[in-house]
Amino acid sequence: MTDSTLLHASVSHLRQLLKDRAVSSEELTEACLKQINATNEALNAIITVCPEQALESARAADSQLAKGESKSLTGIPLLHKDIFCTRGVRTTCGSRMLEQFVPAYDATVVSKMKAEGVVMLGKCNMDEFAMGSSNETSFFGTVKNPWDLSCVPGGSSGGSAAALATGMAPLVTGTDTGGSIRQPASLCGVTGLKPTYGRVSRLGIIAFASSLDQAGPMARTAEDCALALTAMAGMDDGDSTSANLPVPDFHGALNPNLQGLRIGLPREYFNDDLNADVRARVMAALSELEKAGASLIDIDLPHSHYAIATYYVIAPAEASANLARYDGVRFGYRCEQPSDLEDLYLRSRSEGFGEEVQRRILVGTYALSAGFYDAYFNKAQQVRRVITEDFRRAFEQVDVIAGPSAPGVAFPFGAKQQDPIAMYMEDIYTLAVNLAGLPGLSTPAGLINGMPVGLQLIGKPFDEQTILNAAHRLQIDTDWHTARPNLEAITS
Amino acid sequence: MNWEIVMGLEVHLQLATQSKIFSGSSVQFGAAPNEQADAVDLGMPGMLPVLNEEAVRYAVKFGLGIGARIGDRSVFDRKNYFYPDLPKGYQVSQFFAPIVCEGMFEVPLEDGTLFPIRITRAHLEEDAGKSVHDLFQQETGIDLNRAGTPLLEIVTEPDFRSAEQAVAYLKALHSLVTYLGISDGNMSEGSMRCDINISLREKGSETLGTRTEIKNVNSFRFVERAIYSEYERQADILESGGTITQETRLYDAEQNVTRSMRSKEVANDYRYFPEPDLLPIVIDSDYIEAVRATLPELPGAKRTRFTSAYGLSEYDAALIVPNHAMADYFESVVQLCEAPKPAANWILGDLSGALNRNDVGVEESPITPERLAGLIVRIEDGTLSSKLAKQVFDAMWEGEGDTDEVIAARGLKQVSDSSELEAMVDEVIANSPDQVAQYLAADEAKRKKLSGFFVGQIMKASKGQANPQMLNALLLEKLQNQS
Repeated sequence: MTDSTLLHASVSHLRQLLKDRAVSSEELTEACLKQINATNEALNAIITVCPEQALESARAADSQLAKGESKSLTGIPLLHKDIFCTRGVRTTCGSRMLEQFVPAYDATVVSKMKAEGVVMLGKCNMDEFAMGSSNETSFFGTVKNPWDLSCVPGGSSGGSAAALATGMAPLVTGTDTGGSIRQPASLCGVTGLKPTYGRVSRLGIIAFASSLDQAGPMARTAEDCALALTAMAGMDDGDSTSANLPVPDFHGALNPNLQGLRIGLPREYFNDDLNADVRARVMAALSELEKAGASLIDIDLPHSHYAIATYYVIAPAEASANLARYDGVRFGYRCEQPSDLEDLYLRSRSEGFGEEVQRRILVGTYALSAGFYDAYFNKAQQVRRVITEDFRRAFEQVDVIAGPSAPGVAFPFGAKQQDPIAMYMEDIYTLAVNLAGLPGLSTPAGLINGMPVGLQLIGKPFDEQTILNAAHRLQIDTDWHTARPNLEAITS
Repeated sequence: MNWEIVMGLEVHLQLATQSKIFSGSSVQFGAAPNEQADAVDLGMPGMLPVLNEEAVRYAVKFGLGIGARIGDRSVFDRKNYFYPDLPKGYQVSQFFAPIVCEGMFEVPLEDGTLFPIRITRAHLEEDAGKSVHDLFQQETGIDLNRAGTPLLEIVTEPDFRSAEQAVAYLKALHSLVTYLGISDGNMSEGSMRCDINISLREKGSETLGTRTEIKNVNSFRFVERAIYSEYERQADILESGGTITQETRLYDAEQNVTRSMRSKEVANDYRYFPEPDLLPIVIDSDYIEAVRATLPELPGAKRTRFTSAYGLSEYDAALIVPNHAMADYFESVVQLCEAPKPAANWILGDLSGALNRNDVGVEESPITPERLAGLIVRIEDGTLSSKLAKQVFDAMWEGEGDTDEVIAARGLKQVSDSSELEAMVDEVIANSPDQVAQYLAADEAKRKKLSGFFVGQIMKASKGQANPQMLNALLLEKLQNQS
């Protein structure tokens, strides 16, 4: 078996290979580490690699496999977004503020996946504190899109998406506060799932906006996402907002039969603002689903146009408080020689945080200030309920809502960096899903001028299964998800 | 000018839970710095709060204890401000929807009357840590042991018109929370801290004057003195035509003055918003009834019962009841000796005196309720005179055993045997012919005085053990027979 076959195999396939002892976890891990070595210099997708630790876990996995004691992901190499706290392994959140931060604890997602036997290879680059849609805000430098090194990979889970597309690992984790799994998945041509808010524990995930943050898997197939979600999900006593619901076996329950499935197409997404090429790709994917037995129904999400404004009040407001703990007192970056307390705060935070993070802290602080609370934060909370209600009503008519994952394909570096609003528009199709707490998924829908584009499927609360089923069927009927970037120019 | 003082109080009450309000760390007082602070208390990245259900139960207990409405859906909010001993940069508190809503608290005053105070609200919140300024040169130490300790902040309406009322309220509050078992109410360890909002207005005026807030006063006595001192300060300013600056002040007990704490007259903007990491606390009537069923008899009801069932005076009841342990002690004694009034007298007299002198609580009294009851039984049955009883009490305090053991060991038994007494009386009369003659010559009024000599002699002979009532009767009879 060639490295290249191994490196682009799905988790489901690798599981079989490992089980059959056709390949060992150690070989697989070595192949991934080799690929990281060969490609990361060009891509900058990974902040921290832990080869010894990974090989040690791989050997432990191999001995478990030999004894027939394997778990659902035993021996599968994985990269975590660097927002998940990993015990003993530096966790930066893409920020200078946490450049040297080594947690003494694992995030629940990390420990759950560890318990399922994964082999952690390292930590992926990301927008600083998950604030960004292009991976240009990382203190550790931009991540390059493997499909075109002059373009962004999307964000904030851009390192995860790029690493996956490059074959550095068959499975990666991300977090999605306003589109941070789905948009980079779309821009890098992989499958990414943002579960329902509360499905996956947030404990140990460095908080950006607590009422919106949700962790999820990114993989080469919907089937792999189903496997990973089953491993990650579940009630956690350490996260009061995690849902006390049983976790279905999403993988075992995958059902490609879409007969009778009703898919809603919001008029507000498929309006004149939608890029014609994106529309063509999304419609092509939807007609595949139609062929498979689904029906397409026009629906309304009348308050969609408020989503960006609402999100950019609530998310920065929560972030302004969540990021207050980075004050240079107990951990994280501390400025040199502070002259007094105010100087310590001022310089530690001005030097430790990048521009976008500071912008959002300022916006959020403003939105919560006396005299503005009702006009901004309170109003945004009300609109959030209205947007949620739009979805609830729509789901009385349909089982799944579909749309584009992003307004276009990957764009060149710097194209939107000077215009925050243009950057915020990247998430125009994804933000509302976070506001409503719904599950959303992006699956590849082909290429535009050689660059990938994604179809977004949105589900009812805690009904990840239905959107996974639809994506799975699409991946049976088409090969868009198997398209790979040409890595010859990258590999050193 | 004649000034009326108007005050409202905010009390921060530390709840006596085993662990912190949002983490599993212990809340024991006195641990080495930062030994009781885990990753949650330190505000480490990715950490999340988990609400301690016990704190909720305690808050509900308090609400029921003052007959307040319990919020059916209370919400935690973040109160944002930067301070080195506030690890997250915000304090989790309840601003918009507190767990305990409006209530009324009846405060007993010294004269036995009740004085109603309107409670505005009481809400749950986490305490901050401590900044230690005096241990390091040029540096400040941060101790986060206290960070995350559960607090109930109890806010009153501006219903207080005197320092005495304020202190009476705090004492009654202290009594209530110890009865409820939700706090040790220890002011010196900071379990109960008081902020006083205080303003003056002309007597008869309906409008409130500008107020100042005196923060963190930590004893009943200091509360009283801080109020007097701030009253004087504000009255001086107003009388010389000045105006009061709305500000936060601190009471300096050594100088007995209040001092301005924040120089700048800026209202802090705490930017409260609902804490997204915690769910609202939803409390239904079943929960409330279940908590209500666990409430003990509260001080008000107990005072009423002690006066009606045991015949105690309002005054005695008001002294015994506020201290839960003392009330329990009293009832144990009464059950064993069936003599409530002597029991109250002993407890409020000699026992309280000895406890205070030795600085021990009644629950650690070396004289158990059983032993005090045994003493009272021996007084009631005539075995001990009140003078002997005091000796026995002192001996029991020193650990010399129970009443009967002390009597036996010291030979303190009262002589009530009439033939024994008769012999003693005869002997004294026989040895004191002059005094007998004087006695017989005197009139009725003088005789009473002169009989004291004989009583003294006989008491001396009996080492104080002669039964005084029997002795008096016998002596009178014998002396009269001499004529």
